[in-house]
Amino acid sequence: MSAVAGPTVAPGPEERTNYLNKSHTIKSWLLTGDHKRIAILYLISVSFFFFLGSLAASMIRLELTSPTGTMMSSEAYNKMFTAHGVIMIFFFLIPAIPAVLGNFLIPLMVGARDLAFPRLNLASWYLYVLGGLFGIVAICMGGVDTGWTFYTPYSSLYSNSQVTLTICGAFVAGFSSIFTGINFIATIHKMRAPGLTWFKLPLFVWATYATSIIIVLGTPVVAITLLLVVAERVFHFGVFSPELGGDPVLFQHLFWFYSHPAVYIMILPGMGVISELIACFSRRKVFGYEFVAFSSLAIAGIGFLVWGHHMFVTSQSMYQGVVFSFLTFLVAIPSAIKVFNWTSTIYKGSVHWNAPFVWALGFMGLFLIGGLTGLYLGSLSTDVHLTGTYFIVAHFHYVMVGGTIMAFMGGLHFWWPKMFGRMYPDSWGKASAIITFFGFNFTFFPQFVVGYLGMPRRYHYYYFEPTWQVWHVLSTVGASILAIGFILPAFYLTWSIKNGKPAGPNPWGAKGLEWETDSPPPTENFRHPPIVTEGAYNYDPVADAEAVAKSAAKAGD
Amino acid sequence: MATSTKSSSPVEQHGHGHDPLLHHQFEDMHQQTESYLVGMWSFLVTEIMFFGALFIMYSIYRWKYSHEFWEVHNLLDWKLGGINTFILLLSSFSMAMGVHYATLKKHALVNRCLAFTVLCACAFLVIKLGWEWWPKWEHNLFPGPGFEWNEHSLEKYIKPGSDLLSVSPNIAQLFLSLYFAMTGLHGIHVLVGILVLVGLMVLHKKQTPSAQDYVNTEMVGLYWHFVDLVWIFLYPLFYLIPK
Repeated sequence: MSAVAGPTVAPGPEERTNYLNKSHTIKSWLLTGDHKRIAILYLISVSFFFFLGSLAASMIRLELTSPTGTMMSSEAYNKMFTAHGVIMIFFFLIPAIPAVLGNFLIPLMVGARDLAFPRLNLASWYLYVLGGLFGIVAICMGGVDTGWTFYTPYSSLYSNSQVTLTICGAFVAGFSSIFTGINFIATIHKMRAPGLTWFKLPLFVWATYATSIIIVLGTPVVAITLLLVVAERVFHFGVFSPELGGDPVLFQHLFWFYSHPAVYIMILPGMGVISELIACFSRRKVFGYEFVAFSSLAIAGIGFLVWGHHMFVTSQSMYQGVVFSFLTFLVAIPSAIKVFNWTSTIYKGSVHWNAPFVWALGFMGLFLIGGLTGLYLGSLSTDVHLTGTYFIVAHFHYVMVGGTIMAFMGGLHFWWPKMFGRMYPDSWGKASAIITFFGFNFTFFPQFVVGYLGMPRRYHYYYFEPTWQVWHVLSTVGASILAIGFILPAFYLTWSIKNGKPAGPNPWGAKGLEWETDSPPPTENFRHPPIVTEGAYNYDPVADAEAVAKSAAKAGD
Repeated sequence: MATSTKSSSPVEQHGHGHDPLLHHQFEDMHQQTESYLVGMWSFLVTEIMFFGALFIMYSIYRWKYSHEFWEVHNLLDWKLGGINTFILLLSSFSMAMGVHYATLKKHALVNRCLAFTVLCACAFLVIKLGWEWWPKWEHNLFPGPGFEWNEHSLEKYIKPGSDLLSVSPNIAQLFLSLYFAMTGLHGIHVLVGILVLVGLMVLHKKQTPSAQDYVNTEMVGLYWHFVDLVWIFLYPLFYLIPK
């Protein structure tokens, strides 16, 4: 993309001070203002919550292998899937890409020394941890059984579980993501390096910008809505409970006004990551750069107009349903623009089959299935049949989980050498990408089938239709394969921090400001403030092929 | 490829050494000020959405129960609300003067303006809590298990021309829930404003670097005007409902 003046050849990463070896005390980490260190803190805590959420998921899968649900009581199962949903959504999927990769990369990509508000950034991590603690305490005190959607009036008047504590956790975590969003907006608007105009920005920055807009506009709405649920629980405020004069569907409207766009908070930064990976490993400028950039904003915009499709079978009027259905189909356009443009970028590109690229292809496969099955659910008539079944469970796992996790892992594999200055074994990376892809399909495709056959979500037995057992067993076996796909990277990535081969500033021959500084970068990011003269993804296929061959020979892998 | 025009010395962690007001992540004061303002306005957008959800709820229920809302709004005293509106407008004026003096670095005058703003904010809260919330609490008109809607709890409020008791207790409680939620959330914002203003006064008293930079006072000012603006909407919506 551009260059920094002065010699960029590093004598060896160990000898130079960087953000990791600058100081080693715990205090220097817990009180840091450095966006890169905060990203690492987020990486650790987000992985922890992913582990917790996966434990709950494995309990769910084990329970469903038997049609009579012998392992836990109905109450325990309700608490289990609620814990899975709350942890995975509020403490993993929403913060994963923005708070880890976004935090680490946005200042590097725009050529700044840090985010605009470093202390706010640190505060956001502490709020995240505080919210997580609320959640864990709630689980330890008996858990919640409302589902992650906290539907009223069950959540506000009837449930005898830790609704208040859990909502406090989600509320606090919401402010953590608001802080991150504000930080990104100010940084992207005002702190771009000289010469770095909007249309020279990497697409990950565009996607993160669109995400930040959703965070800033959506999160406060769900925050106040959840607060009112607590007010109803504690003071009997009667805003959402019919017996107190309120309207429970109003809760659903306000809840989905945030929680549908929240799906885009999870997937949009993932799409940004994929744009970076596809461009780098195809050695081409992303086809239709402007279209991909604006499609992020379009998804953010239209995403705010479709929440009603979660409520086709509630008391909302039929005409509302028709409008929401139409608007839902509109989202398919910018999403398809992205997929088509990525495909066109790969077409006639000079493709390098490194691990991050395999993860990116996995993303495209899962997102494609998730997106297309969304059309069934966006149509009013088919939705009436499929709503509340395992079909919808499979659909949103494909889009939110398949999409976000493949992108997160792809991005992590892509920027891991930048974050820690070491290479991991590429073949292990490819292997776990393939295992994850197959495990994921193995887990969730049977759920489409069993959902279509009528298996309702949130049930822990199906003795009335024992023939479904085969699909559930398939799904559980798939989940075990999926687990391997996630456990492997945990080992070889941590192994590589100490034992990997030094990566050098730009192991992939990628374009972008982040690749022009050391790996790991110094605390101030760039030893010389960068000035940008080239557009994004200015790849030269021939020269880059040679450079990669050279660096591959050096890394010996 | 590009060339660098910047000095090639590595940048220090804390500031450049030449301007004590400049934080290390920014290139110059202009960029810093602009970033602060973009950040502050983004924060205000989140605040608008925060209150916006409540205003939407209010609108839906008022549309649904318009007659009942008119009846129950008679519980509120438009004169007290009017006095509070006037007090907040005054506080906004003195806040604006404070920002003006901050740009001129006249710290003593800034503090005098801020002190007046804090005084107004306190007066607002005293009237709100003491004369408006407390009597309703005392007469069991606060939503919750102890809520009562009968001649006894309403004896102070039943006037000729209004028929409060004809309103279903649930709808009355709904109106009061919205009233307490919205004015309560606004009250919390006023309280936070008081704390921030007092903190800012300490900075101006000590004439610290952050007080030298007018943009900090400006950001507090933006917040305070926002809090006033919310009240400007709350007052007519709750106190001045036409029949």
